[in-house]
Amino acid sequence: MSLQAEWLDIGPVDQLPALGARTLPVRGGREIAIFHTANGEVYALVNACPHKAGPLSQGIVHDTTVTCPLHNWRISLVTGQALGSDVGCVPVIPVKIDNGRILIGRAAALAGVV
Amino acid sequence: MIDKPHLVVIGNGMAGCRAVEEILARDADAYRITIFGAEPRVNYNRIMLSPLLAGDKGFDDIVINDHARYADNLIDLVAGDAVVAIDRSAQTVTARSGRVEHYDKLLLATGSDPFIIPCPGHDLQGVVTFRDMDDVGKMLRAADAGGDAVVIGGGLLGLEAAHGLALRGMKVTVLHLMPTLMERQLDEAAGWLLKEALEARGQVILTGADTAEIIGHGRVEGIRLKDGREIPASLVVMAVGIRPNVALARDAGLAIGRGIHVDDHLVTSDANILAVGECVEHNGLVYGLVAPLWEMCRSLADGLVAVPSGYTGSVTSTKLKVSGIDVFSAGDFSGGAGCEDIVMRDASRGVYKRVVVKGDRLVGAVLYGDTRDGNWYFDLLKRQDDVSDIRDALIFGQAFASGGGADANPDAAVAAMSDDGEICGCNGVSKGKVVSAIVGGAVTLDAVRACTKASASCGSCTGLVEGLLSLTLGDAFAGERAAPTVCKCTSFTHEEVRRLIVEKALKVIPQVMQALHWTTPDGCASCRPALNYYLLCAWPGDYVDDQQSRFVNERMHANIQKDGTYSVVPRMWGGITNPRELRAIADVVDKFKAPLVKVTGGQRLDIFGIRKEDLPAVWADLNAAGMVSGHAYGKTLRTVKTCVGSDWCRFGTQDSTGLGVKIEQMTWGSFMPHKFKIAVSGCPRNCAESTIKDFGVICVDSGYELSIGGNGGIKVRVTDLLCKVATEQEAMDYCAAFIQLYREEARYLDRTAPWVERVGLDYIKQRIVEDAAGRETLRDRFLFSQLFMQDDPWAKRAAGEDYKLHQHLAEIRPMVPA
Ligand code: SRM
Ligand SMILES: Cc1cc2nc3c(=O)[nH]c(=O)nc-3n(C[C@H](O)[C@H](O)[C@H](O)COP(=O)(O)OP(=O)(O)OC[C@H]3O[C@@H](n4cnc5c(N)ncnc54)[C@H](O)[C@@H]3O)c2cc1C
Ligand code: SF4
Ligand code: FES
Repeated sequence: MSLQAEWLDIGPVDQLPALGARTLPVRGGREIAIFHTANGEVYALVNACPHKAGPLSQGIVHDTTVTCPLHNWRISLVTGQALGSDVGCVPVIPVKIDNGRILIGRAAALAGVV
Repeated sequence: MIDKPHLVVIGNGMAGCRAVEEILARDADAYRITIFGAEPRVNYNRIMLSPLLAGDKGFDDIVINDHARYADNLIDLVAGDAVVAIDRSAQTVTARSGRVEHYDKLLLATGSDPFIIPCPGHDLQGVVTFRDMDDVGKMLRAADAGGDAVVIGGGLLGLEAAHGLALRGMKVTVLHLMPTLMERQLDEAAGWLLKEALEARGQVILTGADTAEIIGHGRVEGIRLKDGREIPASLVVMAVGIRPNVALARDAGLAIGRGIHVDDHLVTSDANILAVGECVEHNGLVYGLVAPLWEMCRSLADGLVAVPSGYTGSVTSTKLKVSGIDVFSAGDFSGGAGCEDIVMRDASRGVYKRVVVKGDRLVGAVLYGDTRDGNWYFDLLKRQDDVSDIRDALIFGQAFASGGGADANPDAAVAAMSDDGEICGCNGVSKGKVVSAIVGGAVTLDAVRACTKASASCGSCTGLVEGLLSLTLGDAFAGERAAPTVCKCTSFTHEEVRRLIVEKALKVIPQVMQALHWTTPDGCASCRPALNYYLLCAWPGDYVDDQQSRFVNERMHANIQKDGTYSVVPRMWGGITNPRELRAIADVVDKFKAPLVKVTGGQRLDIFGIRKEDLPAVWADLNAAGMVSGHAYGKTLRTVKTCVGSDWCRFGTQDSTGLGVKIEQMTWGSFMPHKFKIAVSGCPRNCAESTIKDFGVICVDSGYELSIGGNGGIKVRVTDLLCKVATEQEAMDYCAAFIQLYREEARYLDRTAPWVERVGLDYIKQRIVEDAAGRETLRDRFLFSQLFMQDDPWAKRAAGEDYKLHQHLAEIRPMVPA
């Protein structure tokens, strides 16, 4: 049994730009991108496009999709799947909002950390 | 009767009293009942506090159970006396007055407490919440005194408070932290329409407004936002959310999460204690609307005195109670895999409808302006009906879709119209007229437009006309129009969108999407940047750029590289530099360990490998040496390439370098449909490659040869000669006028080369060379828009603007096991 919490508090929601994203580096792990949709929902993906690892945090967010800044693949924020005719998937990190704070799933966030 | 078990209810609100009703309805003799209520009054309908505040109702109208009703049912109402403690081992509750009651069953229905932002000044007099009759009383007294009110929170509750106060004569400002109103219930498009409607009624709505402090001495005098703005107010209503009231349960040691944990029969972790309403958490969910409470109360009564049924959670829908504004939302419209949006907009009626379908089921709906079908959608959603048969007609609502079956497609809606049904509202053209025009030989959209005027004005009936074309002509209808639409979100072409933005004075992206019937809720990565540019071009000085509609490079003011770092190119006017600039660039390369610095094909230096976190510091250093952004990343003026010219070159005829610098100073910063390159060569040897630029100047003894539409990129195109002019000033005027014509008329992402080929050189000559007055107004419009464009984006960022774009939100440093 671990004493560590299941969720990590990474800061207030109001620190996210509307319809945009910010980054969350993980020491020893993979950088995470935290997205904010027009509806005020928050999603998190590993910040690397399944195509050629483009920084998804820098893409254009529309609906629940982000368009990668490097070659315009569209990635679902909900499933991490590439949409349309492209094939690929990026890991999704569970997110919840509690009292205006963003909480992300510890296990998924730290996946791969040695 | 004495032997009856005693049911004690804490909370004389919506859920507590409803639960008692449900129990009495099943078995009126099962319990002796005592209800404690903190409020000193009988049970009333809390949701009607909004109409009460608005003056549509009085208190008597909203009472649910009057004193007689309690008496009739032998219910002991203890009003105005809050319970302060529960003793589970003794099975007693103690009220503030000291009164102690023993219970056999205890029901907690304590509702929620309004959340109060703990900012400085939150405890001043005149700061109120919106939850009960006392709050309404305070608001009414404030409204009587008149003055300004600020409502914090643009959700359901806040907007209803604002509406009521406005009707009572106060000047109301709503502050909302998020970019769109009611963002949890509405999408961006509907939220924007709502904002417009409220603003039209005189309310001031500030989105993205973050409260720093409530100011005043003893009493509220105003509010200060984090961005420094101050708004005067004699009343501040906090409506930023609610928190389940779990204090009693927590103190009594019951299991709680966000709310009091209950099972499917609303029993808490203590078998003798039940809980219901907003204070409970069931299956991880907490509710803030009455419909779920009604469902809970039924299951609670079933479990307590009848056959247990079991509560399985609720699907909710929302309506806004602001008269004259119809808003409905239900279910989930956050999209996701397999979800598909169906959007319908009717700009003339101010209607926006969006339904979200996943597989064969409806999962969400947002309706604005026409909510008649709200209940129908909500039913489909709750029952999880298979909607595949009526899918194509779903958005048209129940009356149409329930026609059902394979016939239910949008074209059938047109087919079903009578001959004198109106197709084109702008020009009053009936269906009969359009059909006879088609039969008479008008077999394309343009032909119908030409002979009936239908769809020739605002264009919003284009879909209907196309429907009639395909109905009347069948396979003979050629289909789409020749000019491409902006993207798949719309049936309008770039030219139509540009024209309509100006004609209809459309000022922001959601307004364009609504007025022009966008078929998606918030566009896509193709149309958003285009619309952002068209608006910027149409309304210089007025339009506030939408950062989130810009491609990463224009948002970050640097060029993204394949590894996610950025390259930075400072402007070097006309390709000229000096030791100070070179030193500053060298210092930046050293200081930030840039792996590469390179001379570009555009006569300047490019610093590679800068991390997004370091960009503001790099820019600050470059700014300090007098350099500004080179916009190597933008759909903007890039470079003005020059050769050495008459100052040094033995063949030079004019000062090509000097003219290049002047032109760059006139044109830098301007946003355009695509990037734009200029060159000035000192003689026809053309060392600056002027004849493959968007605008090229070649100096000759007698003046300046101006040429346009060149491109040295993917498809090389040599410029066309526009004309020859005698003076530098004329060269500059023609340049400005040409750029403005391109800015105003080209499609987004058209370089000048394909644009000139499409509209023809003659057209450009006519506008720029032959029409002298037209040229001057074009030039003037260009110079006017430059007043707002020529401030260095780097300087603003270096000074801290949009710092969030450059900084990480946080960093995770996992603990390494020792
Ligand atoms: C840096 C530079 C190459 C160099 O090291 O010399 C360059 C680099 C890029 N060019 Fe270029 N172009 C550069 C001069 C040119 C030139 C030469 C010129 O300007 O004299 C051309 C041909 C002339 C022309 O545009 O007509 C040129 C034609 C293109 C094109 C094709 C444009 C076209 O209409 O066909 C693209 C693609 C595009 O824009 O869509 C492009 C796109 C790019 C992009 C932005 C590719 C991208 O999307 O990432 C490259 C960005 C690199 C970066 O991060 O800085 N670059 N590019 C040059 C920067 C000039 C400057 O100082 O601003
Ligand atoms: C202005 C307004 C408009 C609304 N409009 C809508 C709407 O349009 N549609 C909709 O679905 N919902 C609406 N709601 C929400 C709806 O009113 C609530 O969901 C509902 O009232 C919750 O019922 P409840 O019984 O759980 O809580 P409440 O109705 O708040 O009842 C709780 C009661 O418990 C009392 N209490 C608390 N602690 C104690 C104690 N220790 N001892 C004794 N008594 C105590 C409180 O005083 C209160 O009277 C609105 C709410 C407000 C305030
Ligand atoms: S030519 Fe191609 S590879 Fe070279 S800078 Fe331009 S876009 Fe990049
Ligand atoms: S790296 Fe994302 S589309 Fe190529």
